[in-house]
Amino acid sequence: MIRFEQLTKTFRRNTVLDGIDLNIERGDRIALVGSNGAGKTTLIRCLLGEYTHGGTILVDGKAPRTHRCEVLRRIGFVPQLPPPLKMTVGQLVNFSAELCGSEPERMNRIAEELGLPVQDFRRRPFVKLSGGEKQKLLIAIALGRDVDLLVMDEPAANLDPRARQVFFGFLAERQADISMIISSHRLDEVAALVNRVVELDRGRITLNDHVDDRVDMAAMLSCQLEVNRADDAFAKAIGAWNFEMVNGGLKWRGRVAGPDRLRFLGTLSRYAALLRGIEMKEGDNEAVQ
Amino acid sequence: MKQLIQLARADIGESLRARWFLVYTLVFGGIMVGLFISGLTESRVMGFTGLSRILVTYLQVTMAILPIFMLITTVRSVVGEREAGVFEYILALPVSIGAWFWGKLMGRFVVVFLPVIGALLLAVVWGLFKGVSIPWFQISIYSGLLASLAWCFLGIGMLVSTLSRSTDVAQGAAFMIWLVLLLFLDLILLGVLISDGLPAEMAIGISLVNPLQSFRTAAMLLFDPQLVLLGPAAYVILDNFGRNGYLAWAMIYPLFIGLLCAGAGFWGFKRGDYS
Repeated sequence: MIRFEQLTKTFRRNTVLDGIDLNIERGDRIALVGSNGAGKTTLIRCLLGEYTHGGTILVDGKAPRTHRCEVLRRIGFVPQLPPPLKMTVGQLVNFSAELCGSEPERMNRIAEELGLPVQDFRRRPFVKLSGGEKQKLLIAIALGRDVDLLVMDEPAANLDPRARQVFFGFLAERQADISMIISSHRLDEVAALVNRVVELDRGRITLNDHVDDRVDMAAMLSCQLEVNRADDAFAKAIGAWNFEMVNGGLKWRGRVAGPDRLRFLGTLSRYAALLRGIEMKEGDNEAVQ
Repeated sequence: MKQLIQLARADIGESLRARWFLVYTLVFGGIMVGLFISGLTESRVMGFTGLSRILVTYLQVTMAILPIFMLITTVRSVVGEREAGVFEYILALPVSIGAWFWGKLMGRFVVVFLPVIGALLLAVVWGLFKGVSIPWFQISIYSGLLASLAWCFLGIGMLVSTLSRSTDVAQGAAFMIWLVLLLFLDLILLGVLISDGLPAEMAIGISLVNPLQSFRTAAMLLFDPQLVLLGPAAYVILDNFGRNGYLAWAMIYPLFIGLLCAGAGFWGFKRGDYS
């Protein structure tokens, strides 16, 4: 579906991409990982036709630079940093839907399921939304259209756990039909969402491997935690995951989205000394309510 | 075409919400209101009375403000949005670069021209209200000259914006361009050059290629056929061109410069990195 052949990109004398060869097939869900300056964003921008480059990029035989509209019509993009657009939420949705040949209602519906009531925010300038609200809207715009490829740069970084669950649910619904490239600094953030990992380092591919993708993206884990003593910092951190307190703060109960398990355990690791017991059980599949 | 209109509309919307537009509108509206308050419609200065007096003053002020305002606000558009990361997102949507660039240009033209022409119309309404005679022919030609001047500096601004690597560089370049054109106005450096023995052909050449000068001469020509307010180069030019010939030049030449610069900007942008 997508072919990168000897892709190079140089800014003045600084080579950022150095002979990338990569094939992406339909159904591939790729974690594009690497440290800052590894070339992830540059690779994405080349794919989106935003950069001139050496070598070849073909999306079903078409180069993004020369067949912009045809290629970009099939790609949904969520940037890491939302653009500082002054247009209102309503205008942005209408504008994007018109350009992409989609329906604003479809985007609005997804935004609402992610927890952003578009009707209430219609007249608010996009730039005035919070980081999480902006991210929800950009995800809704990317998912609210028919695409063959989703390109997402740290898409869930600003989302609350509930919105993450919904987001994972949407990805699960579409994973059979489309390909995904999910860029992240850390593999554990996106590991459960992907079936392939491509690691970049200083403009070269250092790892290109398939990974176990048996994690059901729509799955939910029932979780129970026990702590030695009630602790305000822990209560705040676990409250952000929508856990409910039992027994005066000594026990906590809640649910975690399957793909979020590593991230959740990362949160718990900060309170390792406080934890007496952790129980996580898969099987509750009422992921997206 | 549909995309071009969508993008022009989007750019108009973005500009209307920007602070610079508010300042810009207040400046032009404020100038006109200031002229009304100072009672210029009833005054007689150097033979100009009524609405003509207001318009002569307005054109002088416009010539000083419009180009620099156009340049400063336009040069920020491409390079500023690139720096802010707007392009990374907007240009990842299925939109053609041509529609985006020319749509932006059209939208920007509408936004910057509206306050200028709005202030002019305000003067006409005021004139009608006060019962003074309205010089309709001059006002329509003058509107065309204003549009031509606005388009010219819009094109220059877009070219500078696409070539610049940062907003600071773009603004510095815009200021330099404005300063150079201002210095080569008939009454300033050009007068000095002529008094120092510059060949007349060169003085005329400089006057003709400076869009600020061509606007100034043509605008004054509308209200003062004797050109008592103008400098020496204007006399020579008018002798060679004639009144109508010069008005046509002053209208078409800045349009051509604007289009040429915008076209060069588009060509440069299309060939380079967008974000």
